[in-house]
Amino acid sequence: MVPELGQVALVLALILAVVQSVAPLWGSYTGNRVLMSLAKPAVTGQLVFAAVAFGALTYAFVTHDFSVAFVAGHSNSELPMFYRFGAVWGGHEGSLLLWILVLAIWSVLVAVFSRQMPERFVARVLGVLGVVAVGFLSFTLFTSNPFDRLIPAPVDGQDLNPILQDPALMFHPPLLYIGYVGFAVAFAFAIAALLEGRIDAAWARWTRPWTTAAWLFLTLGISLGSWWAYYELGWGGWWFWDPVENASFLPWLVGTALIHSLAVTEKRGLFKSWTLLLAISAFSLSLLGTFLVRSGILVSVHAFAADPSRGMYILAFMGIVVTVALALYAWRAPSMASDAGFKPLSRETFLLANNILLVIATLLILLGTLYPLFMDALNLGKISVGPPYFDLAFMIPMFPLMLLIGIGLHTMWRQTPSTPVWRKLRIPALAALVIGIPMPLFFYGTAGALTVLGSILAFWVMITAVIDLLPRVGPARLTRSHIGMCVAHFGLGVLILGVTFVSSYDLEVDRAGIPGQPVDLAGYEFTLLGTRGVQGPNFDAIEAEIEVSRDGEFVTTLYPQKRVYRVQRDPITQTAIGGGWRRELLVSMGEPLGDGAWSLRIQYKPLVRYIWLGTIFMALGGVIAISDRRYRLARRRETEPATTGSAPAAAGGQG
Amino acid sequence: MWRYLAAPALFIVLLGFFLVGLFRDPTLVPSPLINQPAPQFELPQLLDPERTLALSDLATGEPVLLNVWATWCVGCRQEHGMLVDISRSGEIPIFGLNWKDDRTAALRWLERLGDPYVAVAVDDDGRVAIDWGVYGSPETFLLDGQGIIRYKHIGPIDQAVWEREFRPRIAQLRQGDS
Repeated sequence: MVPELGQVALVLALILAVVQSVAPLWGSYTGNRVLMSLAKPAVTGQLVFAAVAFGALTYAFVTHDFSVAFVAGHSNSELPMFYRFGAVWGGHEGSLLLWILVLAIWSVLVAVFSRQMPERFVARVLGVLGVVAVGFLSFTLFTSNPFDRLIPAPVDGQDLNPILQDPALMFHPPLLYIGYVGFAVAFAFAIAALLEGRIDAAWARWTRPWTTAAWLFLTLGISLGSWWAYYELGWGGWWFWDPVENASFLPWLVGTALIHSLAVTEKRGLFKSWTLLLAISAFSLSLLGTFLVRSGILVSVHAFAADPSRGMYILAFMGIVVTVALALYAWRAPSMASDAGFKPLSRETFLLANNILLVIATLLILLGTLYPLFMDALNLGKISVGPPYFDLAFMIPMFPLMLLIGIGLHTMWRQTPSTPVWRKLRIPALAALVIGIPMPLFFYGTAGALTVLGSILAFWVMITAVIDLLPRVGPARLTRSHIGMCVAHFGLGVLILGVTFVSSYDLEVDRAGIPGQPVDLAGYEFTLLGTRGVQGPNFDAIEAEIEVSRDGEFVTTLYPQKRVYRVQRDPITQTAIGGGWRRELLVSMGEPLGDGAWSLRIQYKPLVRYIWLGTIFMALGGVIAISDRRYRLARRRETEPATTGSAPAAAGGQG
Repeated sequence: MWRYLAAPALFIVLLGFFLVGLFRDPTLVPSPLINQPAPQFELPQLLDPERTLALSDLATGEPVLLNVWATWCVGCRQEHGMLVDISRSGEIPIFGLNWKDDRTAALRWLERLGDPYVAVAVDDDGRVAIDWGVYGSPETFLLDGQGIIRYKHIGPIDQAVWEREFRPRIAQLRQGDS
C-alpha cells in the first residue's frame, strides 16, 4: 500500500506544481491577486506531497519491500539500516525523487523568506520554480517511476552497488543536488527580472544570499565526492576530469562567476545583463549536467542508465526551458544595459577579469567534455579527451586569476585607489615570495617551476585575504559579507597549497608485503604484521594489519581490507588511511602472493588534506557572507518601517 | 542586439549536437577493418622487452582476442577483472596491446590486478594503435585463426557484453574452422 501512497503523492505534487507554475504567472500579467496568491499554498502543498513520496520510498527501503522494482535493484535484506536510507538516492529513479524534494524545499524557503519583495515579483519567481518542478515531476512519473512494482516480487534484492556503501557517498548526492537545484532559485530570480523588464540593486541583494547558499552546498558536494573518490576508489587521485565530475564543476565555476558579478550589480548597478546571463547559465549547466549523467550520452566511469527515452525527455525539457530563457534574455536584456563607467584599476575591473577568466575556464572544460560528442555527431571519429588536456586548459586561466585575486581584494569601487595598490601589497607580495619559494625546496628538496609558482600563488592568495581583515589595511567597517569573502578566498589559497604539493610530491609503490619485512616509502617503514578474516554485515573481508614507523618510532597501525560483498561479488579494496596534516599515508591490498604475503600499494600524499580543508573554508565563507546584516535588515525594514536608521549605511558598506 | 542573440544561438547549435548524439551509442564504432587482415606489427613485449610480439604470433589457427589497454584508462580498470576471469576459464587466449603507457606502471598494474594476457606488446608512441584504428581504450579485437579481424568492441567488457557480443562470435568462428 505504501508505495501506491507514494505514487499518488507524486501525482498530487505534479498537479500542485502545475497550479504553482500557471496561476501566479497568469495572475502577474492580468493583475489578478487571487491567482498570484495561489503560489504559496501550492508550493507548500507540493513540498508536503514530495516529502510523502520520498518518505514512502524510504519506508519501502527500510522495510525491505522488494516488490518495488527500484528497491529490489538497489537494496538487499542484509544491507545495514544506515545504507538503506542512502540507497533511496543510490539509483536513477530515487535520485530524481531527491531532486524533486530538494527543489520543493528551496521553493518553500523562497516563499517564506520573500516578504520584503514585491508581490508580483515573488509570484513570478515561484511560477518559474513551478515550471522546473513540473518538468522534473513529469519526467519522474512518465519515464522513471520509483514506485513501479515487480510481480512476482523477488525473494531478495540485488544489493546497493558496494562502492556506494560508504558514509561520504550517503551525503554527497544530497549536498550536490542542494547546490545544483539551488541555482534554480537564481535562475527564477533572473527570469522574473527579465519578465519585469527591470533589475536594480534590491534585486541583486535578494538574489545574492540564495546564490551563495547554492554555491556553498555545491562546493561541499563536489568536495565530498572528490574525497570519496580519493579514499574509496583507492587510486589516490582526487580529481579525474570525468564527464560526471565536470558536470558538477561547470555550474560551480559559473556560479562562482555569478556571485562576483552579483556583487558588482548590487554595489554599482553594473554588469546587469551579464549577471542575468550568468544566472541563466548556472542553472542551464546544472540541467546539462543532469542530461549528460542521466542520458549516458558520454562514456563515463559513473555510467548510469542509458535509456534513450529518458535522454530524450531531459533533452526536450532542457531545450525548452533554456531556449525560452535565453530568448527572453535576448529580447529584454538589451534595454537593461547599464552605462555607468569605471576606472581602470577599480574593483569593477578586477571583478570583470575574474568573470572573464572563470567563463574561459568553463568554456574550455565544457569543450573538452563535449568534444567527443561533437566529433562523433560530425562523423569525424570517436575520441576521448583526458586529464592532460584538462589540466593544461584549466591552469591557463587559473594562474592569472590567482594573481589578480590578491590585487582585486585591495582595490576600491569606482575609482583608482588613492594610495597605489602596489604600496599596500608589496609586503604581502614579498611575504608570498619569501615563504612560497623556499617551502617546497626546504621540505622536499627539489621543486619544478610550476610547483614554485603554485606555492607562491597559494601564499599570495592566503596572505592577501587575511590582511584584508586587519585594521588599517582592510575596510574601516568590517561587514560579515566582507569577512565571508576573505575566509572563502583564504580557503582557496589553502586549496591551491594542497593541490600544488600533492601533485608535485606524491609517491607510491607497489610491493610485495611479506610479513615482518618492512617496505620503505618517503622515510616511513610499512610492515605487514599479518592478515585475518573479518565479517561485515553484508560482506566478508580479509584485513591486513600494517604497522607504520618512522626512524624506528611507531607512527600508526593501518587496517586495509579486501572485501567481497555477498550479493555483488566483485572484490572491493578498502584503503586504509593514516591521516595527518603534513601527509596522508594510504595502504591498499592487491592480490595474495602466498605464504601470508600480499601485494600492497602504498601511497604518500603530502598536504592532501588541505584540498578539502580549503573547500570547507570556502563554504564557511559562504555561510558568513549569507549571515550579513543587510540581508536581514532589508526584511525588518519592510515589517518595521520605523527602524530604518542604520540600514542604508550597512547596505552601502564594503562587500 | 546581435551579441545578445549569441547565447541562444550557441545553445540551439548545442541542442542539435545532443539530439544527434542521443541516437548514437558512444561505445559503438564501425571499423573499416572488420573482415580484413589485421595490420602487421612487431613490438617489444612488456614483461621482457628483449623479445617481440608480432601479428604472426596471434595467428595461431585458433581465435584470439587483442585487448588495447593502458593504466591511465578508467574503463580498462573496470574490465580488468572480467579479462582475468576469461583468461582463467581458458575460453580464449587474450593478447594485450599496452597503449601509450608507462612501463613500470603497466607492470605494477599486472602484478596487482592479475595478468590475463598471453603476452603484451608495448605500443609506446601509439603507431600500431593508429594502424589498427584505435580511438580510445579499452578496445578489444576478435581475430580468427588466420589473423583476420572479425569483431571489435569499444569500451569495457562486462559479463553482459561478453555473453552477447563475444561468446556467439567465438563459437561461430570455432565452428567455421572445424
